[in-house]
Order: sequence, then structure tokens, then C-alpha cells
Amino acid sequence: MTRQQVLDLYFMDARCKLIDLAAFLDRVDRGTGEADFRLSALQDSLKALSGAEPLRAKTVLLTLSDPTLEPAAKALGKGAVGAWPGAN
Amino acid sequence: MRYIEPHGHMVSRTTDDYQDMVTAGCAAVCEPAFWAGFDRSTVHGFHDYFCQLTDFEPKRAARYGLPHFSWLCINPKESEDVKLAEEVIGIIPGFLQRSNVLGIGEIGLNKNSRNEMKVLEMHVDLAARHEQLILVHTPHLEDKLKGTRLILDVIRSDSRIQPERVLIDHVEEHTVRLVLDRGHWGGMTLYPVSKCSPARAVDILDVCGGDRLWMNSACDWGESVPLAIPRTALEMRRRGWTAEAVDRVIYQNPIRFLSQCPKFKLAAESA
Repeated sequence: MTRQQVLDLYFMDARCKLIDLAAFLDRVDRGTGEADFRLSALQDSLKALSGAEPLRAKTVLLTLSDPTLEPAAKALGKGAVGAWPGAN
Repeated sequence: MRYIEPHGHMVSRTTDDYQDMVTAGCAAVCEPAFWAGFDRSTVHGFHDYFCQLTDFEPKRAARYGLPHFSWLCINPKESEDVKLAEEVIGIIPGFLQRSNVLGIGEIGLNKNSRNEMKVLEMHVDLAARHEQLILVHTPHLEDKLKGTRLILDVIRSDSRIQPERVLIDHVEEHTVRLVLDRGHWGGMTLYPVSKCSPARAVDILDVCGGDRLWMNSACDWGESVPLAIPRTALEMRRRGWTAEAVDRVIYQNPIRFLSQCPKFKLAAESA
């Protein structure tokens, strides 16, 4: 596909998601109390969007991932929250 | 259009979904054993579930002319209880000769715990001893990268396992190369929020090629779309893929992997 074709097909969708993300961050700002690690993980991930290589999706996913290799001693619950809270 | 749904949890779906899938061109559905949304407490619960997957559900699908195949295991979400897992794995050989069983799956990891690893190794051993295909679930979200790495190492450590007989499911941009570089097949799951969107799945096909990749809806009791594959086929056509190229990914690729099990056969008119 040409870049023009990609823009024709996906620009409005990307625009919508970008505004949704901006509105989400505004909503968090208007909220009260402390945020948790998910907000800083999201903010770190946003830096990948200004990268020059077409690896932004992979970089965002890596930023949000548990980078360790040691199995957990025990499964504490079943769910995932979308961002790694860190070693602590 | 014709397609295979290689991963759908049809016990969670209504007959309306069967009708819609067949209307959209679905030629076969494959159903891995999974977590029911609550923990089953006894091996008897799994026995009944395996009967549902190998007897009841194929009959329900047949009412709509849809061949139904299944995979058996205890899901990683229920693998923290190793004793129960041993009991469940102990009854699986009694089901492996049933006509719609394709192999062991969806095994893998969920929270990447030591007990989950033990149960994964037991499943891999079971598949090796009975020469079964393997379908692997990779963990969700932040746990996926680590879980994929651990799973790949467990599989590589068992020399009886041929890489091309293993499909690692739920790959995304950060795990797909890890899987393909080990010689396995990869599955992309098309979910509304987590895993892959249709656009991202087609991106991965564009970047990695479609030789050892398939797509699935993994439709279940959560947010999921039983028609995700035909909708992604539409996305591929909008991006200029030919009908033949789409067919290779959504129909021929699943057949290439699944036909490694001699029980996977489709009627002559759709094969």
C-alpha cells in the first residue's frame, strides 16, 4: 500500500483513538487520589510513538511487559492488568 | 469465502453463532479445552467437560453442517493445583482415540508460576508419549512476553517434540518472531480489546509473511466476536490482498497445520 492509501484507510480511526487517549489522560488528571504504576507505564509507552522505526507497536508492548525470566513462586490470582508493576 | 475457525470455545456460544459462522463460510471449527470462568473442583468435572467437547458439541455443530474438532487438557488457569492436574491428565488418554480429538491443548502458562510450569511439562510429556499435536495458550497482557519465553524453553527441552507440530497461540508483535524463529506455527487471536485487532493482525502478516500463521476468534464467554475471521478477511481485501492470498491464510494454513493429525478431514467439496 502507498502511504496515501494507508492514510485514506486508517487516518480517521487513528485520529479517533488518539483523541480517546487524550481524553482518558484528561479524565485521570481530573480524578482524585493517587494513580498507580499503570499510568506511568502508559506514559513511558507514549515515548515509543515518536520513534523513527516501524517497531512502535512492538516497543509499546515490550514497555508494558514483564521482562524477567524467573517463574513466579505461586500464581496469585488469574488476571492481568495490562502493565508490569515492577519487581517490587 | 471459506475459512476454518481453528480456536473457538463453542460451549460458551449460542446456536445463533453456529448459524452465523456457517453462513459466513466457516468450514470447520476447532475447540480447545479452556477455563470455564470458575475452577472445577474435581476430576469428574473435567471428565464431563471432555465428554461435552468430544460428543455433545460435535453433534450440536453437525446440526448446522459444521465439522467440529477438539483439543484436550487442563487449562493453565487451573494448573496451580498440581494434584488435580495430575488426575485430569491421567484421564485424557482415554479420550485421545475419539474421532474429533486433534491433540493436547490449549496448554501453556497464565501467571508464569512454578506449578503452571510443572503442569505444562506434564502436558508436553503426554503429547510426546501419545504423538499428539500441541496447541499452546500464551499468557495475557504484561505476562505474555515472559510466558512465551518460558513456554518455548519447555518445549525445546523435550527432544521428542517436533517444532512444526506445535502452534503457539495469541502471538502479538513482541512475540511472533520468537515463535516463528523456533520453527513453530503462530496463532493470532482477534479480540476487541486485548490481543490483536484485525488491522494489527494484517500488519503482522505483512511484516512476517503468512507461511506459518493462522488467525482465530477464540470466541468464548468473554468479549469476543465469533465472526472475527471473516471480518479480518474483509480488512485484508480492503488492503489489496487477493482472494487467493486471503484463502491461503484463513483456510489453507489451518488445514496445513491441522492435517498433521490424520483425524482432521473435511468433506471433499470444501477441501
